[in-house]
Amino acid sequence: MENVLKDTEAGRVPRTVSESETVIDPKLKAIWETAPGIRGILSSVDHKRIGIRYIVTAFVFLIAGGIEALIMRLQLAHSDLKILSPEAYNQLFTMHGFTMIFLYAGPVLSGFSNYLWPLLLGSRDMAFPRLNALSYWIFLLAGLFLYASFPLGLAPDAGWFNYPPLSGKDYNPGPNIDFYLLGLIFLGISTTVGSANFLVSLLRTRAPGMSINRLPILVWGTLTASIGNLLAVPAVSLACVLLFTDRQFGTHFFDVEAHGQPLLWQHLFWMFGHPWVYAIVLPALGIVSDALPTFCRRPLVGYTPVALATVATMIVGFGVWLHHMFATGMPVLSLAFFSAASLVITIPSAVSTFAWIATIWTGKPVLTTPFLFLSSFIILFVIGGVSGVMTGAVPFDFQLTDTYFVVAHLHYVLIGINVFPVIGGIYYWFPKMTGRLMSERIGRWNFWTMFLGFNIGFFPMHIVGLMGMPRRIYTYAPGLGWDTINLITTLGAFAFAIGVLLFLINVFLSARSGKLAGPNPWDAPTLEWSVPSPAPVYNFAIIPVVASRHPLWEDRLNESPERSSLTRGYLLNQGRETLATTVLDAEPDLILEMPGDSYAPLVLALALGVLFVGLILHSALCTGLGGIAIVIAILVWLWPQRRLGQVGEATHV
Amino acid sequence: MSELALREVRLPIGSFGRKSSGWYGVWTLVLTEAAIFAYLLFSYFYLASQANGDWPMGGPPSLKLAAPNTLVLLLSSAALIWAERSGARQGKRWQLLSGLGASFVLGVVFVFVQLREWQAKSFSIHSGTYGSSYFIVTGFHLAHVIVGLLLLLTLFFWALRGLFDRERHAPLTIGAIYWHFVDVVWLIVFTALYLVPRLR
Amino acid sequence: MTYMRTFGPAADPVTSLGWGLTVICSLVILIIAGLLLTATLRARATTAAISSIPIVHPGGGLRWIVIGTGVSTAVLFGLVIWTMFTLAAIASSPEPPAFTIEIRAHQWWWEARYLNDSSDRTFVTANELHIPVGSPVQLKLIGDDVIHSFWIPALAGKTDVIPGQTNLAWIEANTVGTYRGQCTEYCGAQHAHMAEFVIADSAPDFKAWWDRQLIDAEVPSLDATTRGEAIFLARCGACHTVRGTGAGGIVGPDLTHVMSRHTLGAGTVPNERESLRAWINNAQAVKPGSRMPRLDLPPQDLDAVTAYVETLK
Repeated sequence: MENVLKDTEAGRVPRTVSESETVIDPKLKAIWETAPGIRGILSSVDHKRIGIRYIVTAFVFLIAGGIEALIMRLQLAHSDLKILSPEAYNQLFTMHGFTMIFLYAGPVLSGFSNYLWPLLLGSRDMAFPRLNALSYWIFLLAGLFLYASFPLGLAPDAGWFNYPPLSGKDYNPGPNIDFYLLGLIFLGISTTVGSANFLVSLLRTRAPGMSINRLPILVWGTLTASIGNLLAVPAVSLACVLLFTDRQFGTHFFDVEAHGQPLLWQHLFWMFGHPWVYAIVLPALGIVSDALPTFCRRPLVGYTPVALATVATMIVGFGVWLHHMFATGMPVLSLAFFSAASLVITIPSAVSTFAWIATIWTGKPVLTTPFLFLSSFIILFVIGGVSGVMTGAVPFDFQLTDTYFVVAHLHYVLIGINVFPVIGGIYYWFPKMTGRLMSERIGRWNFWTMFLGFNIGFFPMHIVGLMGMPRRIYTYAPGLGWDTINLITTLGAFAFAIGVLLFLINVFLSARSGKLAGPNPWDAPTLEWSVPSPAPVYNFAIIPVVASRHPLWEDRLNESPERSSLTRGYLLNQGRETLATTVLDAEPDLILEMPGDSYAPLVLALALGVLFVGLILHSALCTGLGGIAIVIAILVWLWPQRRLGQVGEATHV
Repeated sequence: MSELALREVRLPIGSFGRKSSGWYGVWTLVLTEAAIFAYLLFSYFYLASQANGDWPMGGPPSLKLAAPNTLVLLLSSAALIWAERSGARQGKRWQLLSGLGASFVLGVVFVFVQLREWQAKSFSIHSGTYGSSYFIVTGFHLAHVIVGLLLLLTLFFWALRGLFDRERHAPLTIGAIYWHFVDVVWLIVFTALYLVPRLR
Repeated sequence: MTYMRTFGPAADPVTSLGWGLTVICSLVILIIAGLLLTATLRARATTAAISSIPIVHPGGGLRWIVIGTGVSTAVLFGLVIWTMFTLAAIASSPEPPAFTIEIRAHQWWWEARYLNDSSDRTFVTANELHIPVGSPVQLKLIGDDVIHSFWIPALAGKTDVIPGQTNLAWIEANTVGTYRGQCTEYCGAQHAHMAEFVIADSAPDFKAWWDRQLIDAEVPSLDATTRGEAIFLARCGACHTVRGTGAGGIVGPDLTHVMSRHTLGAGTVPNERESLRAWINNAQAVKPGSRMPRLDLPPQDLDAVTAYVETLK
C-alpha cells in the first residue's frame, strides 16, 4: 500500500473477470481480512462479522427473555399459584419486556441490515466501519449492564415503560430503576450511532446506478427506521435523564409534591415508544418484501406503493403516541384525533399486505421453509393489525387497554412481524453467511411447532382479555373463568419454545454439516447473490453497476435493454477502498478509504461502560475516569490519518 | 442488451473538499441532538402549562448577562466562519489559527458568564418544576458548549500541526457545523426561556 | 369481568362498537387467511429445484392493492365514524349525576368518600361501593401515591387515577347486581390484589344503605367485644378509622362498617370468620407486601379483636 495518496488519481481501468469466478482475489482478501484470533475478535470492523454478532447476541437475549416468559407462564397456569413471589414476578415481567423490545427486536434487525446493506447496495463496507463496531460493543455492554442487576436481585420492576411515581425515588428507592434508566440511555447511544451509519451509508455508498427506486425494500425499511430512531430515541433518553436526576439529584420533573407531572414521562416515553415499535418491524417487513418474491418466482407486486407505505407508516407513526395514554383523562378532542390517526395508520399496512398476497397469487410459490415463515407472517400481521384497530377505537380501548387483549396484540405484532420474518430471513440468508443450506426437514418441524405453538399460546389471550383479565398481575382469583385459557396459553408457550429450540438446533447442525450452497441457491435477483457463499471478506471483487431492481433476473425479465454490469467495473484494490456515489443519481463521486481493524470502538465502549458503572455506584471518581477515558478514546479515533486521506498534502497551512 | 459501462473519470480520494463521510455524519448528529432540544423545550412548555402561576419563578429571567452572552456566542461562530472561509479555504494559516483561537476564547467567556448567571439566580435546580427545567435546559446546552470547546481546542492543535490544507480540512468543516448548531440551539433556548415570558 | 355484555349507558354504546369491531375483524382475518391459503396452494410448485422454475412477471398485481386497500380504507372510515359517535355518547352522562363519589386510590385499596350537599350526610368507605339503579353517579378520581386505574368493566371503561390531578368519570347501572372491577394500571407489588366492587341497589335499598353507613359504630356490649375494642384501639387505631371510637387512622381503609363488605384486602379473600381472623393476624401471608403489618397476636387477643370487628356491621 502506498503511503502518500495523491489527491488526483484516476479511477482504474476495470479488469474483466468471468461470472462464475470462484477464485477469491488474493490481493483484495489480504487487504480486507481481519486479523486472526482474539485480536481480530476485539478489533474487527468487518460489517459481516458485526452483523452476525448482532444477530447471535440478540438471539441470546431472545432466549433469556423467553425463559423469563416461561417462568411467568408457569406461575399463571392456574389461579392463586405461589411459585413466584410478587416481587420476583414483577422483576421478570419488566425484564422480559425490556429484553425482548430493546435487546432483541431492534438489534436483530440491525444485525441483518449490518450484514446485508453493503451486499445489497453493491459496496464493500458501511460508511463508518468503526462506528459500526462501536454500536455493537455498546449494545453488548448495555445488555450486560442491565442483566448485572438480576443476580443481585435488583432488576427493574416497574414494567418496561417504567411509569413514575411508581418508578420514582419514593416508591422505588433502590438501584433497580437506575439500572433501567442508565441501561436504556447507554443502549440509546448504540441505536443512534447505528442509525446514523445506515443513513450516511445510504446517501454515500450505493453502487453506481442504484437509484432510489432500485433499492431493496429492506433498505427502505431500515432507512426509514433509522431516520425515525434519530428523531425518536432522544425522547426516551431525555426522559431517563430527567427521571434519573429526579431520583438522584432532587429535581422535580415527575415529583407530584412539587407540582411535577407524571404524565410528562408518559408523553416523552411514548413519543419515543410508538415510533420505536415501527422501527422494530419496518425492516422485518422489508425482509419479507425482498425474500418472499424469490420464492414466488416473480418480482414484488407494487414496489413503489410498498416503499411509500413504509415511509408513510413511519411518518404517521410519530402522530399516534397518545393512544397509549387514552385512559389518562385526556380532553375529548385529543382522544378523537389520536384515535382517528391510529386507525388511519392501518392503510399503508393494507397496501403491503395486498402486495404480498398478490405476489404469491400471481407467482409460482415454492413451499420451502423460508417461504412458510415469510408467508405465514402475513396472517399474523393481519391478526396483530386488526387487534390494533380494535384498541385504536378509543371508547373500546377504555375497556381493552391494560388487559390481556393488549398483551395478545403486542405479541402478534412483535412475534408475528419481527420474529417470524427474522427466522425466515435467517433460513434465506444462511447460505450467504455460512456457505451452507439449513435443513428443510428440521425446518418443517421448526415451522409447524413455532406456528401452532405461537397461535395456541397467544390467540386465547385475546379472549381472556375480553373476559377482563388485567395485565401485569402475578396471580388471579379463581372463579373468574380465566384458569382454562391461561393453562392453554402456558402449554402453547412451551410448544412455541420447543419450536425455537428446533430452530437453534437446525442452525447449529447446518452450520457444521449442512448441504453446501453455491452463490445463488435460491436463484434470487439481488446483488448479494452474485458473490460466492459465504460472501468474500471484501464483498465484491468488482464494484457493480446497477441497471434495475433485479440485477440477476434481468435476462429473464427483459424489462429494458440495459443490463447491470457485474463483471466489469472499478477494481479499487489500492487499499481498503470502496466507491462513494452522488446522493440523487448514484454516479461515481469519490474513492473512499476505509479504516481497518481498530481497538478504538471497543475502548470507547468500555470507557462509556465505566462512566455508567460510576453513575450507578454513585462514584464521582469512577464516573470522572470514564469521562476522561471517553475523551481520549474519541481523540485517538478521530485523529486525522494520512492513509484515510484525511490529512492535507500541501504545506501552505 | 448492453451492459452499463462507466465513463473513465478521475475521482478524488478520501476526505476531499466537502465530500467527506464525516460531513454527512455530523448532520445526522445535528438531527438527533436537535431532537433532544426539541423534547427539552416540549418538557419545559408542558410543565409551564401545568404550573399554577409563578412561572417563570421570580419573573422572566434577567437579560443583563444573557443578552450580551448571546452576542458572545454569535461572535464566536462568526470567528469560526472567518477561520474557515478566509483561513483554511484560502490556505492562510494565520487567519485559521487566530480565528480558531478567537472562537475558543469567546466560547470560554460564554461558559463563565453563564456560570456567573447561574450563581446569581434566586432559585436552584431543586426549586420546583421551573428551577429544575431552567437548569436542565440551560445545562444541556452548556454541556454541548463544553464539548464544542474541547473540539475547538483539538482543531486548533491539529491546525497548528499543519494537518490541514486548502482542500483537506474536513475536521474543521465538520467541527464548525457542530459549533454553529450549538449557537443556533442557544438562540432558540434563549428565545424560549428569556424572551417568550416577556411576551405577555 | 367481561365487558362484552354490559349493564349501563356508560358502557352499552361501547359494547355494541366492541361487538361490531370483533365481528368485522374476525371476518377480515378469515378472508385474508382464505386468500393466503388459496394463493399458496393453488399454483404451488411441485419441484424443489427452484432454479428450474421460470421467473414470471404477469400483470394485474396492482389491482389487488387498489381493491384491497380501497375496501380496507372504506371499512376503516366507517369505523372511525362509528368510533366518534360512540365517544360522544359516553363522554358525559345523559343527565346530571345524582351525586359524586370521591375515589382515592392507594397501594393497594380504594377509598371512597360519598359527597353530599350537607356535610352530615357525607361518609367514607372502602373497596365496595353502592349506587342506585338508573341514576348516573359522578366519580372524582384522585391520586394519592402512584398511578392506578379504576375499572368496573360491566358498567364503564377505565379511567386512570393519577397523583397531582383529578380525573372525572361517570358510571350508571341499569340492573340490580354486583359488578366486579380491578385496578388496571400496574401499581406495585400487590397490583394483582386491588379489586373493587360496585353493587347496584334499588332506590329504597340504596337509601337504606347510605343511611346505615352514616351511623357510627355500635358500642360493644359483651365482655369479649369490649376487650376486643380496647385491643383494636391500641393496635389498629393508628391506621384505621372506626367512627364513634377513638380510632382515627387514615393509612388503611375505614372499618366502621367493614362487615357490610363481602371481601377483605380489596377482594383478596372473602369476608368470613376464618379469613378475617387470618387477615388480622398476618395480612402479610395473605397479601405479601401490603401495608398492613404482621400482628401475631396471642390467640385470646386475636379472638377478641375478631369478635369486635364482627360487630362493625
